Amino acid sequence: MVGITSYGAYIPWYRMNRAIIFEQLGWFNPANASVARGEKAVANYDEDGITMAVAAALDCLGKESREAVGGLYLASTSLPFAQRQNAVIVSQGLDLPSAVRTADFGGSTRAGTSALLSALDAAEGGVTMVCASENRLAKPGSSQEHTYGDGAAAFLTGHENILAQFKGSFSVSTDFIDFRRTQEEKFCHGWEERWIRDEGYSRIISEAVAGLLDRYNLKISDFAKIILACPVAGAMKGLIRAIGATPEQMQDTMMAQVGDTGAALPLMMLAAALEEAKAGDKILVVSYGSGSDALWFEVTDKIQSAQKTSRKGVSGHLTERNDLSVYGKYLVFRNLIPLEVGIRGEEVSPTAMSALGRDGTAISALVGSRCRACGTPQYPKQRICVNPDCGAVDNMEDYRFSDKVGTLAAYTGDNLAFSWDPPQIYGLVDFEDGGRILLDLTDCSLDSVKVKMPVTMSFRRKYADPQRGYYGYFWKAVPVK
Amino acid sequence: MAKGIKNEVAIIGVGCTTFGELWDKDASDLMVDAFQEALLDAGIEKKDIDAAWFGTCFDEVNVGKSALSLTKTLKLPFVPATRVENFCASGTESFRGACYAVASGACDIALAMGVEKLKDTGYGGLPDFGNLLGSQNRAIFANLTAPGGFAMLATAYFDKYGLSPEEGKRALAHISSKSHHNGTLSPKAHLKSEVSIEKIMNAPIIAWPLGLFDCCGVSDGAACAIVCRADKAKNFRKDPVYVKGLQIAVTSGEEMGHQKWDGTHVMPTYRAGCAAFKEAGITNPREEISMMEVHDCFSITELSTYEDLQISPRGKAVHDIEAGFFDLDGQIPCQTDGGLKCFGHPIGASGLRMIYEEYKQLQGKAGERQLENPRIGLTHNLGGFPCMSVVSVALFGNTL
Repeated sequence: MVGITSYGAYIPWYRMNRAIIFEQLGWFNPANASVARGEKAVANYDEDGITMAVAAALDCLGKESREAVGGLYLASTSLPFAQRQNAVIVSQGLDLPSAVRTADFGGSTRAGTSALLSALDAAEGGVTMVCASENRLAKPGSSQEHTYGDGAAAFLTGHENILAQFKGSFSVSTDFIDFRRTQEEKFCHGWEERWIRDEGYSRIISEAVAGLLDRYNLKISDFAKIILACPVAGAMKGLIRAIGATPEQMQDTMMAQVGDTGAALPLMMLAAALEEAKAGDKILVVSYGSGSDALWFEVTDKIQSAQKTSRKGVSGHLTERNDLSVYGKYLVFRNLIPLEVGIRGEEVSPTAMSALGRDGTAISALVGSRCRACGTPQYPKQRICVNPDCGAVDNMEDYRFSDKVGTLAAYTGDNLAFSWDPPQIYGLVDFEDGGRILLDLTDCSLDSVKVKMPVTMSFRRKYADPQRGYYGYFWKAVPVK
Repeated sequence: MAKGIKNEVAIIGVGCTTFGELWDKDASDLMVDAFQEALLDAGIEKKDIDAAWFGTCFDEVNVGKSALSLTKTLKLPFVPATRVENFCASGTESFRGACYAVASGACDIALAMGVEKLKDTGYGGLPDFGNLLGSQNRAIFANLTAPGGFAMLATAYFDKYGLSPEEGKRALAHISSKSHHNGTLSPKAHLKSEVSIEKIMNAPIIAWPLGLFDCCGVSDGAACAIVCRADKAKNFRKDPVYVKGLQIAVTSGEEMGHQKWDGTHVMPTYRAGCAAFKEAGITNPREEISMMEVHDCFSITELSTYEDLQISPRGKAVHDIEAGFFDLDGQIPCQTDGGLKCFGHPIGASGLRMIYEEYKQLQGKAGERQLENPRIGLTHNLGGFPCMSVVSVALFGNTL
């Protein structure tokens, strides 16, 4: 028996009411009125597909052993690097062992379920982390600018402690060219929306569902929850009818709160479904993109204890939100307009790749050292203990700070430093089990920050060096919400 | 403990340019101006100088590396010359080199020069730090600027001593307002205008809770000092100024790496102060020191320095500030020339500019801002950030 052993999700803090987009560019494309409803989740300026995958994976991992994870698959159509594997950045951010199999899955919004299927197919061999994360760019004024949302989900798969048993799948692959983008391009080209709705979502998803029911001799009414990754409301109505489901069986697409998270959508919906599932529930998951994958699961009695752990999941993240009410800020966060960044924004000193290589997980997973003589955790790693009463030499063990809680000893909001979202807030973080690091803060406003405030660590994009094709990742502090 | 250099070294000449946004002068012009003033003051000739130390921080944007630009500009004839750099404490670092050379007997007369041409960087404020803290720090250090680094001192201090932002900012505003007043009496100062406490408190925020007037001037300038062995000083002038103590403390990194430091003060300031007082034989700084030039890069730095130098008890500086203790007519006037705040802060020159002021005051030549009969002057020069710094404290007197 194989299946899912843990689940997690991430939704960025910022939510933008779609009316704000329509207010700005509705004059140009009035037809967007039909999609200018509800809100969408927007990644902060320092987030991308990699960072959100790390966040969802941490939510999924909880107290699970990182050493037991033998693989990490990352699915997305919007990953930052074309070369330099994105999955391994996530894996190293999570401080997974280096003896781990990693791979990027992309090219289609079906990539999320493709990655999950690959992990499940290999689940007899061990534990795999599957992340799906999306942070897609849409052209200003397009309907996708309204519908696209950002978010991520993560699952552990394996053959022990299964909370949702994988029962089978049916895949359809077809070169249905609804949206396309070449390596050189930033934005997608699409074909007519009515054709995509009828011949794409409606026909292809129906085919996958019918194929699965037939292969496993199931009826649609057997399922407690049905997940159709169909972000088009018009197509969804017809689909429910076509497959013979009832509205009660349907898992919410979260289009009104999050938006179309592409490759992450079916997996985020699955995480949300598991948060409310009962033992014995059968769940159908159907993705879409260059065809469709249909998978079905049966929830086990392990689900109850899983639901009791402290993960935030989809429901927790949905309640943590902050209005992004300025359209210009959204354009800046996504680097869609040239901004006068000034001399401090223009200057980026080169990053030494050899130093990064040497540092290993010190930067990627915030791994410092702890003195074996006096027990003081310290960052960055030291050979000579920083404790003035100790000073032991070469008596250190690795110590990971990224999963520790800290409090702010001092802070400021700096208007002089260049930031995409000034002021740049940073502070001295004292960790509860010892150790201190000066860190940038994110996902907070200056007036909410106080000395002694508790913070947790979040993996973020620290800087971009477009001239040399590099993004620097590091950890920031986020106030506990 | 080593016996130190108390009464071993005397200053016999000083020079200091006007500080400010000197668009028509480059670093060489500034060095020549300061040097010629010092030669004239000391009554010596260039050939009398046996060795030189040169303090400058942002080499890439003004003078380049090494001491070459000093010797080539001043046409010093094949003397030993060394460039030193210790962030904003580079000026006192060059002075220390010159003093130690003279005290050791290696040479009779030495020059210490500091210069910075900040206004060719294109930045308001200091240039971005980039890899200045080492290449690993590029990847892991907070996106910090100087005002932000010091502003954290203020949030921690306000929290520890229960000051509301309004109460804290009012005390800080008193510090800046006092320095603005002193600047009006200081002909070579960069900023020479009175500024009210209300205006300071309501100024735009640079790094919370510090506003525009909590930050020092960003200036061009040069300053220098010529030192000789104390026992020979009277051969050059009747009123030399003697070095009583000269100490530099550099952090071991414990502030940032260990939770013992509470973030409300600057550990190396306390340590350098203790060492300098010991060297000079000062047991009660609050009673024995006549005046101070401290490193008021930001108003909060000046406040915490009062406590680190044991002038005010911990947590009580606000009381002294508001009682006018550090004003020009107070018990220990501080920043009599306007300080970094108003005289300006050309990094490499600042430590020597402080010495210039103490020297003039101790000689009774400080013009409109002259204090009545000062005996012991203190300079405090800080480089880096409160969480990791290089601090020098020096003491001067006008008698042996």
